[in-house]
Amino acid sequence: MRQLIGTLLIGLTLGSIYSLMALALVLVWRSTRVVNFAQAGQAIVTTYIAYEIVTRTGVFWLAVLFAVVAGALLGAGVEYFLMRTLFRHVDEGPVAALAPVIATLGLLGVIKSLVGMIWGNDFRSFYPPVSTDNFVLFGETIPFSRFNILVILSTTVVMIIFSFIFQRTDLGLSLRAAAFQPEIARLAGIRVGPIRTIGWVFAGVAGAIAGVLITPNDVLSPASLDVLLVFGFVAAVIGGLESLPGAVLGGVVLGIGVSFVLNYVGTTLIFPTVFVVLLLALIFKPNGLLGSKKVRSA
Amino acid sequence: MSSLVVNNLTVSHGAIRALTNVSFEVQQGELTAVIGANGAGKTTLLRTLSGLKDAESGSATWRDRNILGKRPEDLVRRGISHVSEGKSVIPELTVRENLVIGGLWRRDKSGTEKAIKEAVELFPRLGERMSQSANTLSGGERQMLAIGRALVSRPKLLLLDEPSLGLAPLIIEQIFSAIKNLQTSMNLTVVLVEQNATSALEIADTGVILNLGELVASGNAKDLLADPALKSAYLGY
Repeated sequence: MRQLIGTLLIGLTLGSIYSLMALALVLVWRSTRVVNFAQAGQAIVTTYIAYEIVTRTGVFWLAVLFAVVAGALLGAGVEYFLMRTLFRHVDEGPVAALAPVIATLGLLGVIKSLVGMIWGNDFRSFYPPVSTDNFVLFGETIPFSRFNILVILSTTVVMIIFSFIFQRTDLGLSLRAAAFQPEIARLAGIRVGPIRTIGWVFAGVAGAIAGVLITPNDVLSPASLDVLLVFGFVAAVIGGLESLPGAVLGGVVLGIGVSFVLNYVGTTLIFPTVFVVLLLALIFKPNGLLGSKKVRSA
Repeated sequence: MSSLVVNNLTVSHGAIRALTNVSFEVQQGELTAVIGANGAGKTTLLRTLSGLKDAESGSATWRDRNILGKRPEDLVRRGISHVSEGKSVIPELTVRENLVIGGLWRRDKSGTEKAIKEAVELFPRLGERMSQSANTLSGGERQMLAIGRALVSRPKLLLLDEPSLGLAPLIIEQIFSAIKNLQTSMNLTVVLVEQNATSALEIADTGVILNLGELVASGNAKDLLADPALKSAYLGY
């Protein structure tokens, strides 16, 4: 029982971080139809910035603030300077669909090498604001710490803010309209170009928060967020790639799945498990966990 | 006074020419029907006038100012609303949200609410379905929603692309009478693209007949309807 609860709690912690990364990928996918592999690169830069702040000042939340601002700027920069330029030059045929994805993959490589040149390739520790020691309850250790609680609370707050923006504000409505039917959105008077940039900004913010929340339980290196990118992408696909709540649910389901394998089987089976979960989701729920689209055609 | 002036407009899709030297004028408050078979260039004409497509040569002005090469979102701000082909609604949004997006650019919530109320008065069926997702609507309701959304933008010039497409005759009649009603009550200038030639010309003041991208006739709608040569060649009956 103790192990079961611990496993679920760990799963929830991991899952909430996967959800954030999934959210970032879905936001970009919805706004520009690009799978942004560079999301992990953007997040590694912001996490190193946060690392610099936290080692100099010791103030975790200041580091988060810097990471968020940097994430927003990086997201806007990649969309504005790379994606727009690319779309202006390749706008037709199969290349138009593939080129941006390959470009983000290339960008990920460039960012990782740059980060390696600036900060080196050695592992660094990122000190958490609260203890990562496991709780002891009735003399037994539960694999769950204060920091894990902080992770779950922070991601919940971020999700609430995002869902408020998307469901209750004019900006959110513009973002959704531009994501689903850009042409109709333009005919309704929505400036789709800047709205897309804002989609990338939000994605950059979500990715930056994911980076600073996962690193204290892990180590920091130029490649340390690669696994997060893979898991975030799988979570996004499980959620249907279009749906923000789907991405969150996909992240949590995947996190709990990974946690069970970690605690009951071992680390060696994690990747095969993720792969199996992805396949099952694609076979049985190809429109996503929350997707049940029945469009009336008449 | 001519409001919409199209002069020698030529538009191509790559190597294929869709419109060749098309010229016509629409007066303020007038309803013009643009008639023609599939591939006549009707949709291309509207997409060019609303900024979705670039012209190759020629000119088009609305109230004496150029509209070619402008962005659709800017033309909306100048009073031009385009209801594109095939029930232009966003199925993932609710009926209400589909209406609201037409007014977002004005940043005037009370004005938008008022315009939504007017759209619902014109199409009461929308009012019963405000919180439903737009993909639950029937084809006719979607068309009403698309026109409703355009109205929330408070247009002066309404460009309608085949509102009758795929709808039952009774619904077409309702939609057409709503369009006529709008034109007269709001003093709207309307360009109505239709394959349904007779119904369109019956409510129109003037007509433009296109064939394979060229203008073959234009003038008073009643005269066009009565012309036996046009009837057999282009109006299909």
